[in-house]
Amino acid sequence: MNQKRTFFTILILMALSGILIAVLRHMATGTPFLPGQEQSVWLVEARVDFEADGGPVTANLSLPDAQMPGFEVFEEQAASPGYGFAIMTDGGNRRAEWTKREAEGPQSLYYSAQLVETGPDSTGSADAPGEGEQHLDYWEAAQELAAKEVLDRAREKSSSPESLTRELVKLLNSPGSQNTALLSSSTSNQAELLMRLLDRAEIATRFVMGLYLEDARRRQTLTPMVEIYTGEKWLLVNPETGEFGVPPNLLLWHRGGVSVLDVTGGNKSRVHFSMIRQTVPALQLAQVKNSESVFSRLGVQRLPIEEQSMFKLLLLLPLGAAVVVFMRVIIGLKTSGTFMPVLIALAFLQTSLVAGLISFVLVVAAGLALRSYLSRLNLLLVSRIATLIVLVIFMISAFSIIGYQLGFSTGMTITFFPMIIIAWTIERMSILWEEDGPSEVVRQGGGSLLVAVFAYLLMMTPIFVHLTFNFPELNLVLLASILAMGQYTGYKLSELRRFRAMDDL
Amino acid sequence: MGNAWVSPKRLKEFGMLGMNCRNVDFINRYNARKLFPLVDNKLKTKLLAQEYDVPTPALKFVVREQHEISHIERELADLETFALKPAKGSGGKGILVITGRKGDQFVRSSGALMDIADIRRHMSNILAGLYSLGGSADVAIIEDLIAFDDCFAGYSYEGVPDIRIIVFRGYPVMAMLRLATAASDGKANLHQGAVGVGLALDSGRCLNAAQFGRPIKLHPDTGRPLRDIKIEGWRDILLLASQCFDMTGLGYIGTDIVLDKKLGPQLLELNARPGLAIQITNGRGLLPRLRHIENMTVNRRFRTEHRVDYVMRQFAELDPAAQSAE
Repeated sequence: MNQKRTFFTILILMALSGILIAVLRHMATGTPFLPGQEQSVWLVEARVDFEADGGPVTANLSLPDAQMPGFEVFEEQAASPGYGFAIMTDGGNRRAEWTKREAEGPQSLYYSAQLVETGPDSTGSADAPGEGEQHLDYWEAAQELAAKEVLDRAREKSSSPESLTRELVKLLNSPGSQNTALLSSSTSNQAELLMRLLDRAEIATRFVMGLYLEDARRRQTLTPMVEIYTGEKWLLVNPETGEFGVPPNLLLWHRGGVSVLDVTGGNKSRVHFSMIRQTVPALQLAQVKNSESVFSRLGVQRLPIEEQSMFKLLLLLPLGAAVVVFMRVIIGLKTSGTFMPVLIALAFLQTSLVAGLISFVLVVAAGLALRSYLSRLNLLLVSRIATLIVLVIFMISAFSIIGYQLGFSTGMTITFFPMIIIAWTIERMSILWEEDGPSEVVRQGGGSLLVAVFAYLLMMTPIFVHLTFNFPELNLVLLASILAMGQYTGYKLSELRRFRAMDDL
Repeated sequence: MGNAWVSPKRLKEFGMLGMNCRNVDFINRYNARKLFPLVDNKLKTKLLAQEYDVPTPALKFVVREQHEISHIERELADLETFALKPAKGSGGKGILVITGRKGDQFVRSSGALMDIADIRRHMSNILAGLYSLGGSADVAIIEDLIAFDDCFAGYSYEGVPDIRIIVFRGYPVMAMLRLATAASDGKANLHQGAVGVGLALDSGRCLNAAQFGRPIKLHPDTGRPLRDIKIEGWRDILLLASQCFDMTGLGYIGTDIVLDKKLGPQLLELNARPGLAIQITNGRGLLPRLRHIENMTVNRRFRTEHRVDYVMRQFAELDPAAQSAE
């Protein structure tokens, strides 16, 4: 009895300390308890590849400004083993420089930045055009003539630098005109062409490289853009479409005439970008940015973005486990495989519920049909399970392909199911079928699915996602409740039915 | 009659032992984990029983490796009848009972015929772990077939009637007789539809009977009234059950005992996690008896006979029928 009291005291202390730490974290970092307004954070990674010649190497990459229209850099790192690294500001441009005394063979340098969306910025920078904005270039006489004609036609239909630019883009995009064809042949880049034309119209321009941010993209390149000076401010123009202003998902990476990437001591240099999007509460972000408190250091948010998304799922698992304990100990549901339902629920998180349920039942049913044939082959257990795993993978591929052909993109998400668990489930259900009949299969399978659905519903509730991820210490409360249920010696709900005959005696 | 549910309060009044309570208060507390293999592995149980002189069907031989199966017919040549079992099987799974020969073929208890290839495949499945918990590798046991006592004639359909006795710290606390039915496919497993007949601890006579968790009066296949059942030599059976505690050291076990025509009660197997349905067949809960034993200032050195006599006195049924019989 005394032992029991100690045990429950420890449990209560555990739960209380979980809550206490959460409250302290809330006060120290300001992380809200409720999932509130969330803000997008982008992790953008630039990767520079080149072949080093064997001598000293200097690689120089243009970086986005700390303040840009629509975004703000709040953290940046460079990872490149053996290289010296520095961020320099050179005439208003920020540039990253990697240096090494000797390097040979293929080299990869990484720069990553975390960017916050600050909302659309319509004002634009107002600094007047300086000296460096004049671009020297040479065209042949015929091209000069064509340029003049195009400009004249555009000028007729326009009244301001903006409208002139718009008309120019329209003309450049209209097919069949000899003038524009001649001009286009002079340069492969429409941004450059537009700038040359605007130079001749005595409108100041700047060359800009932008990066379109789309979630989970890899190997992206920069898109050339043009900024024009309207007399009051700089305005971004898309040289392909003639649209003005900075699109919400465009990050201005590089500005000005200097090249984006310079590599000395190497060749075949390239830069490409990958990016991931995350949402975090605005308030917390503000705190993390300038807080060095223990709590923000010990938060999961300090991890690299890829690991964070993994932790987001991992920290939800205790909730699923608690649901399983509750369903088995208090309710008395029979499930096939103790924690199989949690894994199924995790798969549902990726596939969405209905699609997940349908595909799971389909795969298991088809697997049972195939397994009934396998049992006639008289195989050893290990090879039978291995055969099932291969068959499950075949089935899942087939369902994905058929689903895709029929136009269900959800067919693809079926691959999120844990294959080996499914193979074991099929094996166990098949033995159950042979020994206890189909009704027991339906009962245990149904029980498993019910627990999985219940766990899924909890695990997708925004408040739980928010709390487990931002306050991992609250899992102590869950742990305490799991331990408490482990000491529960009362009746299960199912036993109230199982022993119902006692009332009749 | 026919309530869909029973209130937890009523269950408490009956002293019903629930699954959670059994696991936490009895199995976890009285059954040391390291002793589990003694009962989960029938071969170990059997060797231990022989060591302690507890009667059990004689072990003929053990098949441990796949290559032994190829020349198994030589070993089986002089066995007219035998039982083939997986050592780690549970719930009667994978047990093959051969009651005779017909030419080259083997006659199963159900009357079906098997040839040597079928036996080989069955052995191979056993060794591969088809019937063992978690699919771990197993061995096959071949043992003497029990010649069933005729006292249960008409009470069991095809299969083997056995007596399950729960033994707590060496004291038998509850007993039932399990009778195979057509629904249970000749198996004496309650959840597969076998009839459970609760037995009075003092006399071995029928208290109550249930199938699928509902009370019944007659055997569903043979129609014989179940309340006429009375087991002869009841004290010897309790003694055998009680000995299993001394043998294994497990505090809370279920003992499965069968009656042989010539050899008397034989220990068939032990279970470290005995089920709860025995309470329905007895019409009473285990908990008062378990708590009684638990709270006794027991002398652990109490001899088997003392323990059995104690429970026969202490848990005697105040059933008028039982009293008039005495």
